[in-house]
Amino acid sequence: MTSYALADTGVLTGRSLRHVLRSPDTIITTAVTPIALMLLFFYVLGGAISTGSDESYVNYMLPGILLIAIASGVAYTSYRLFLDLQGGIFDRFQSMPIARSSVLWAHVLTSLVANLVSVAIVIGVALIMGFRTGASVGAWLAVAGILVLFTLALTWLAVIAGLSAKSVDGASAFSYPLIFLPFISSAFVPTASMPGPVAWFAEYQPVTSIVDTIRALFAQQPIGSDIWVALAWLVGILVVAYGFAIVIYRRKLS
Amino acid sequence: MTIDNAPVPAIRVQGIEKSFGDVAVLRGVDLDVAPGSIFALLGSNGAGKTTLVRILSTLLKADAGRATVRGFDVASEPGDVRESISLTGQFAAVDEVLTGRENLVLVARLRHLTDAGAIADELLERFSLAEAGARKAGTYSGGMRRRLDIAMSLIGHPPVIFLDEPTTGLDPQARIEVWQTVKRLAEGGTTVLLTTQYLDEAEHLADRIAILHGGTIIQNGTLAELKRLLPAAQVEYVEKQPSLEEVFLALVGDTDAPSDDIASSAPARKAAS
Repeated sequence: MTSYALADTGVLTGRSLRHVLRSPDTIITTAVTPIALMLLFFYVLGGAISTGSDESYVNYMLPGILLIAIASGVAYTSYRLFLDLQGGIFDRFQSMPIARSSVLWAHVLTSLVANLVSVAIVIGVALIMGFRTGASVGAWLAVAGILVLFTLALTWLAVIAGLSAKSVDGASAFSYPLIFLPFISSAFVPTASMPGPVAWFAEYQPVTSIVDTIRALFAQQPIGSDIWVALAWLVGILVVAYGFAIVIYRRKLS
Repeated sequence: MTIDNAPVPAIRVQGIEKSFGDVAVLRGVDLDVAPGSIFALLGSNGAGKTTLVRILSTLLKADAGRATVRGFDVASEPGDVRESISLTGQFAAVDEVLTGRENLVLVARLRHLTDAGAIADELLERFSLAEAGARKAGTYSGGMRRRLDIAMSLIGHPPVIFLDEPTTGLDPQARIEVWQTVKRLAEGGTTVLLTTQYLDEAEHLADRIAILHGGTIIQNGTLAELKRLLPAAQVEYVEKQPSLEEVFLALVGDTDAPSDDIASSAPARKAAS
């Protein structure tokens, strides 16, 4: 049966991608909120924010905006997974001779595709607003890799939420703190400007290292150790979330 | 099996127990279902019918006991069991966002069948869904959803089908349609285990009926055997009033010939008992 794992995942991913295509609002909603934030920060608050750099503020805040886009986008994964569980189609799949893991992977891959599309839309708007980078192809690939890792890590968190939720609201509520996390980081203002304990938290929470890495890659500056801290966080969250998701999934089936 | 000439039961349940926390739902269930027969599991709400079906369809593990489907153990050979079965759960498990046809194609692909499109078209035709095939399943009526649901379960011709309360929430016509489908399946050699809380449904369809109560099977037999448990019927003459179901079906005009058949056999049996 494992020989069918890839084929089954492909078929089921096609199914949930169709869900996304048929309700494009899920992608638009995912992109609109970060775009609105971007407009707000750039045209309303940006003038009063000092980043200590001559570069456009769009360049400064774009990495954080991209993370917010992904953090709000993964909520749809838990939402869709929860609906599958509720509607009984999950049981139908599980009682069929298919690779069982494919049911989860299909949702994860769909999340990856949908989030990369909304990230592309946000970057498009940022370019219109004056975002500029001289980043090389390699740097772009590194940014893409980090965003993919970030999406995967958060999507597996979303899988946990979707599998264990008791209501539709509960299924997506987990994403609110994730969306909020970039605000208490170096995403919009330098952490040095914050009061002591907040600055400490902001400095050592995962978003700051991820934001700083992406920002450095876009600005063609030396990345330093940030990228290793960021990768350690991302891989760590990914592995732990994946492990918990699989345990909960197995328990669900016994 | 040790006895060579006895056919291997399509489903064999021996001493299955299942508790959820402190609540013992199944306390030692035993039953055999012969290949190609319709077996009705009768019980009130919460009797554990769905729990047993979920154990048999490898969605839930029993605490104790053994269950086999076509000789395959549900606990140790779940893959082989899944190859042999199809589950139609209590709530029509269709994808509401996909069209009826896409739902069928999806299941055909997941069963690794070639020519999924042709299979889908054939089933849409057979279940009178051809015109609705291009519409989202979310727009279907309850009866259409149930038909699509059952059609999805037939893909790949699984030899054993579990139907968990297949007619709950359906109007009388849709109910009769489901009954016809189940009868045709059994005629084609498929083993059907259905759960129901409607006594007349078990009476119409089942070759054997088991009553699940208090976590065990308290009776198991053919309709005639079960009837013999009570004192012989007294002959009474009662003016036969049409049932509301008959009135309803006569008024809305039930066009399907075979369904008249089932509908009119109902009062005949009632009058006899």
